[in-house]
Formats: sequence, structure tokens, C-alpha cells
Amino acid sequence: MTPAVQQDNQLYARLKEVIDEKKNLRNPLIEILRIAQDIFGYLPVEVQEFVAKEMGIPASKVYGVVTFYNFFSMKPRGKYTLNICMGTACYVKGAPRLAQNIEDILEAKMGETTEDGRFTISAVRCVGACSLAPVFMIGDETYGRIETKDQVTKILERYQ
Amino acid sequence: MSLKRIDLLICCGSGCVSAGALKIKERFHEVLKEKGMENEINIIETGCMGPCDYGPVMVIYPEGIFYKTVTPEDVSEIVEEHFIKGRPVARLMLSDDERTFSVQKEVPFYQKQIKVALANCGYIDPESLDEYIATGGYEALGTALTEMTPQDVIDVMKAAGLRGRGGGGFPAHIKWQMVHNIQDNEKYIICNGDEGDPGAFMDRSLLEGDPHRILEGMMIAAYAIGASQGFFYIRAEYPLAITRIRDAIEQARGLGLMGKNIFGTDFNFEVEVRTGAGAFVCGEEMALIHSIEGERGNPTPKPPYPATQGLWGKPTVVNNVETLANIPTIMVKGAEWFNTMGTQTSKGTKVFAITGDIRNTGLVEVPMGITLRELIFDVGGGMVGEGKFKAVQLGGPSGGCLTVEHLDVPVDYESLKERGAMMGSGGLIVMNDEKCMVNVAKFFMEFCVEESCGKCSPCRIGLKQMYEILDRITKGQGKEGDIEELQRLGESVKMLSLCGLGQTAPNPVLSTIRYFRDEYESHIRDHSCSTKVCLDLMNFNIDKSRCIGCSLCARKCPTNCITGSREEKYVIHQLECIKCGNCYDVCPVNAIDKIPGMHPEMKEYRAKLQAQKDLDD
Repeated sequence: MTPAVQQDNQLYARLKEVIDEKKNLRNPLIEILRIAQDIFGYLPVEVQEFVAKEMGIPASKVYGVVTFYNFFSMKPRGKYTLNICMGTACYVKGAPRLAQNIEDILEAKMGETTEDGRFTISAVRCVGACSLAPVFMIGDETYGRIETKDQVTKILERYQ
Repeated sequence: MSLKRIDLLICCGSGCVSAGALKIKERFHEVLKEKGMENEINIIETGCMGPCDYGPVMVIYPEGIFYKTVTPEDVSEIVEEHFIKGRPVARLMLSDDERTFSVQKEVPFYQKQIKVALANCGYIDPESLDEYIATGGYEALGTALTEMTPQDVIDVMKAAGLRGRGGGGFPAHIKWQMVHNIQDNEKYIICNGDEGDPGAFMDRSLLEGDPHRILEGMMIAAYAIGASQGFFYIRAEYPLAITRIRDAIEQARGLGLMGKNIFGTDFNFEVEVRTGAGAFVCGEEMALIHSIEGERGNPTPKPPYPATQGLWGKPTVVNNVETLANIPTIMVKGAEWFNTMGTQTSKGTKVFAITGDIRNTGLVEVPMGITLRELIFDVGGGMVGEGKFKAVQLGGPSGGCLTVEHLDVPVDYESLKERGAMMGSGGLIVMNDEKCMVNVAKFFMEFCVEESCGKCSPCRIGLKQMYEILDRITKGQGKEGDIEELQRLGESVKMLSLCGLGQTAPNPVLSTIRYFRDEYESHIRDHSCSTKVCLDLMNFNIDKSRCIGCSLCARKCPTNCITGSREEKYVIHQLECIKCGNCYDVCPVNAIDKIPGMHPEMKEYRAKLQAQKDLDD
């Protein structure tokens, strides 16, 4: 067994534990998928099929839920998720410019992952920190009132 | 709560935390330890105090001294001067041209506010059940359970006339009565915390700042309708709110306020937290219910209403966070007291998240019926910078824009609706005259296109068509008749969509056409965006009389479209310019102007292209 497969098996074992624990709650599919995404980093079709089999529901149903919610991703994500707030307050205070700057610096477009796998850039709808507009988040950390490219560069350097 | 002589309340709302409140708290702990004063000063992390623009903010009791934009470097001075010598630090207080406001109560931002839902937000430690109880918490629940019948509770709510704060404004007591009247062993209460409107953070602040109040409100509602199981549905984007509610539930359980035989009665209650997964439409109650059921969050036709067939087909009440937050206070102070605030049809207060080009961005709670002018200029402190007030957007993607002529409109459900806006959940975005209304409408349309669940064709296809027309207009390719087409499409989508999202999504476009038609017309006919926001409809120009020929702009231009020399000065070649604005930013003498309207060279070029295309066709 290659190390990669071994690691994969470990992840599936963990997921199975979670499913067994939550299976008897009423319709816990979304909660289970959320944890699955934490474990695997994303939700490839194989993981969706595994969840469907373990829960005894059609894979099409799992797929339907995964593709409905923005939170779930079927593509591998970067080490950090960089969410640019595109709420109204941020938009009118210059979020498009901020997004442009971030895309320029990281050389990746919205929705893409940087080549080094460090960041996935995505847009979110309002993180509720409108007073600090324009805002972006890396993980749970919020950065507000960012105006220039230099400021952005400095912040991004902290995430290696 | 403590025998300490000073209570230091540090706002740890999301705005202040992003501005560094936690570092300041750490610094206070360090400095107080150095001075050996840990036992004298009580440091409390509170929820959002409201004036986010001044963050990090803090209030120091017993006097109630208010400090703004505190930095870690200021901490030693506050300890030395204020705590030790008793001389508050004036330079950290809020001041205007005439006076300094030392005490929180005097600060103009708070003057016209009445805090009901937000009463404890920024006043107590949200993680402490003791502090919530000390402010009268769980008294309302105790009274309801031990002295009132469920019908009594509903009657109080009916007399109070509390309407849903999530946007619709449906009277809470009607939903409650319907579910109360149905005989069923299994009923549910759901707290809708799927605050998806961009520009709104009321529910987030309430959940983070006073979680027990929401929990208590939910339990009173559950008692009234006969439910013994509740659900919190909270956006995944609000991790702190989720943690705080979870902790609050555990604390309540620890004291026997959750579980079986609460307050020694036969009322049992359990609650579960479910998190959203990023879908705006899940704020709609049927979609939300399907999401809790683990399905795709598609809305389904009403009737049946959730009151008759909700969660798992059982009678269900869905109440917004702010609605629940009002309930404990109404139960304690009574319906009559609640009726002293507000207008004939809209009682009580409303929490708003005011943002945009305004001085005091933040979280406010004002009585219903306050005018927009008071809200924006008195509470909000007026416009920031040099821009003049142009429009205010209420109700998010479902709402509309109002203008200068509406400043004296009272803020209540009916008045706003009549004028094409809506109360919505309480996001209020103020825009100055540098904002392009066509572009704002396009922004909301893009939002709705992405968030449409795709079930109904008018919403799925119609909104996309509207977006494409708006996109064309902002790119200088608008046609005569576009405005009428937008109106026609908008009306159809409103009429033919199933849920609230589709029924209201055209509002931002329709209301901006109604009040800013001239802007649409100048985009279409004159190819000009007067605010210079739409890049295709403006141009950059170097004023040779001011240009010093330093060549900085030419060096910073990513497309090398600026040429010239020290003698000749510099010039922008319009056809290659991508309007990135680098030149404008770097010019040391501000010799570059933004000019509204498409450059004549560009107009000519495009006309030529079009002619060629017509010929080919």
C-alpha cells in the first residue's frame, strides 16, 4: 500500500466514524458533508459516493446538495481560503479594485487556486464587517480598510 | 458582579476585533499585572457597542467614559492617568468642533437611539450567563412559564403588535396563534439567523453580543406555540455567532433552563444549532426548512405555510433573530410600553446596520417612524468626505434606493414600501454623489442572478436577461428601449416568481429607474457616466498645462499607452487605455483628470467597428 492510499484510508475511516455518529440524527447530510469537507479539504465525487453509500441514500441526492451550496467545493482548495467580501458596502467602497489588486498579486482569478496551492480566492456575500469596508478574510481573520497593493502584499506575506 | 472598583468594557464586536480590540485587551492585562492592579479593574469583553467606525471603542464604568480608536500604545496612559490618578484621557474621547463628549450617553450617535433588542449588546459579557441574569435575563421566561398560559403569552404579543424583523413584517402573533391552535405533539420553532443581505450585520451582532436573549425569546415562543424542539439556523460565515449560541445553550442547560421541567413546570425544551452552507435563498422560510431537512434549499409553494406543514411536515414557526430578541423585554415591560414607541402600524424599534459614505457606520437601534434624515444625519453623523448625499439603499437585494426627496419619510414598513424600497432586515447603505446608480443596480442584479436557486424560469432566466441589459448599458452599448425592456422584465419576474427572492429581486433596478432615470438615459444616449464609475463611459486625460513631464505615469502604465517627453509633456492613447487608474494615482501634481463620457476617439473607433460588422452581416 502506498503512503498516499494509506492516508486516504485513514481519512475515510475518520469520515465513517463521523457518519456513524451522526447518522441517526434527523437528516444530517449537510452537517456530515461539512465535516467531510474539513477532513478532505474538498468533496470529490468519490467522497460523495462514499457518504451516499454509508448513509444509504442515492449519490445523486448528495451531488444535488453539494452543488447547491456555495460552501461546498468539488475542486481541491488552497491551504488558505481568501474570501473577498462583495457585499454592497464593500462594493461601493472599492471592493472591485481590491479584488483586482489581490488577483494581480497572486496571479490567480476569482474562484481559482494559486499555482503554489497557497490560496484559493473566492468572493463572499457580506461577512458582516461593513464598517471596515472593503474587507477580505483569510480563514477566520478579517482584514479591513485595505486600500493599496502594498498593504495587501504585506498581509499575504504572513501566510506561508 | 464583582467587587472591583472599575469596569472596563471593551467592545469585541467584529468591527472592533478587526481593528485590534483583542490586542488592546491583552495589553491591559499586561499593564495591570505590572502595576499589580488586576484585582481592582474588571476587564469585560462585550458584544458590539455600535459605533464601529470609531473602533476599537471602550466604555469605563462607573462614570461611563467613552474612548474611541484606542491603540495598544494608549493603554499605559489610560491605566496611569485614568485608573490611578482618576483623570480621564481627553484626547481619546469623541469630540466635534465645539465640545468633547466624555460620557457615552452624551455621544450624539446614541442620542436618538432606544435600545430594546440591543439593550445588553455592548453592556454585558455575552459569554456570561450570570451577567445576563443580572440584567433581568430569564425573568420573562420564568413569568411566562409559571404565571401565564400559552394563550396569555400570545395575547401579550398581539397587544404589542410585534412584526417580523426579518423583512416581511408579518405580525409574529398571527404565526404563533396559528401553530398554537393546531393539535399536534410535534411542533417546531426555528430561529432564522441566515442573514444574507449584503450590507447587513444586525443578526450577527445580536447573536454574538447577547446570545441568551435570543435563546430566551425562542423559548417563550416555543412555550406559546407548544413546541419542545427548536433550531437555530445560522450562516456558516458567522463562526463566532455559532460558538456563542452553542455555549449559551450549554450554560442554560447547566442551570436547568434547558431540558426537562424548566422552572419546575412541565415545559420541556431542546434546541439544536444548524449552520447554513452559503445560499442566500435559504433566508426564505420554506427554503430554510428544506435546508435543515438536509435537502437543497429550494423554496416550495405556499400554502401550505410552515405554520401548518413546516419542518418534517409539522407545524413550525420561523422567527428572525431580532424578532426573538424583542420578546423577553416585551414580556417584562408589557405591550403598553412597547406601543409607546413607533407608528400606528409599526410598533417598537428597529435595528439597522448603517454603512456606506457616512460618518458613523455601525449598528443602531431607533424607534420606528424616525425619519431617514434623522437616521442618516443625526444618528449616522452625516456624510463623510466631500461627497453630497445622493441615495440610500434599504432592504438589500430585495429593496430599493430612495433619494434626497425622501429624507423626511418615516421609517416604517408601509411608508418605505409605498416608495419602492422596503424595511428589509435592516441593512442601510448611504451613497454619495460619486456613486453610479446604474452600476449599483447592476451589482444587485448580479447578486440575484448568482443566488437564484433556478427553480422558477422567470427568476432564473429573467434576471439574467436584466443583468445582461444592465451590463451592456454600463459598457456603452445601451440601446433605445432598454429602459422599457428592463421595466417589462422586472414586472414579469416580480409577478411570476414563487418565493420572496424572485418577487423582490427586480426592486433595485425598478427603483433606480424610477428615481434616476436620467442617469440611465445619459448612459444610453450620451455614452456618459457622470460619476465616472463605469469605465467604458469615462476617460483619463492629462492636462498639459499642469503636467511637469516627470514620466512617472508612463512608467507605471501597464499597457504602455502613455507617451511623451519632458518638453512635449505626456499624452494618453485612448484606444489602448484600460482605465486601470495607475497614472491617476501616481501623478505627483494631479495633472490627470477623470472625465465623464466616452472619449471621442473611442466613440469613432467603435462606430467604425460597428459599421464594419453591419457590412459583414
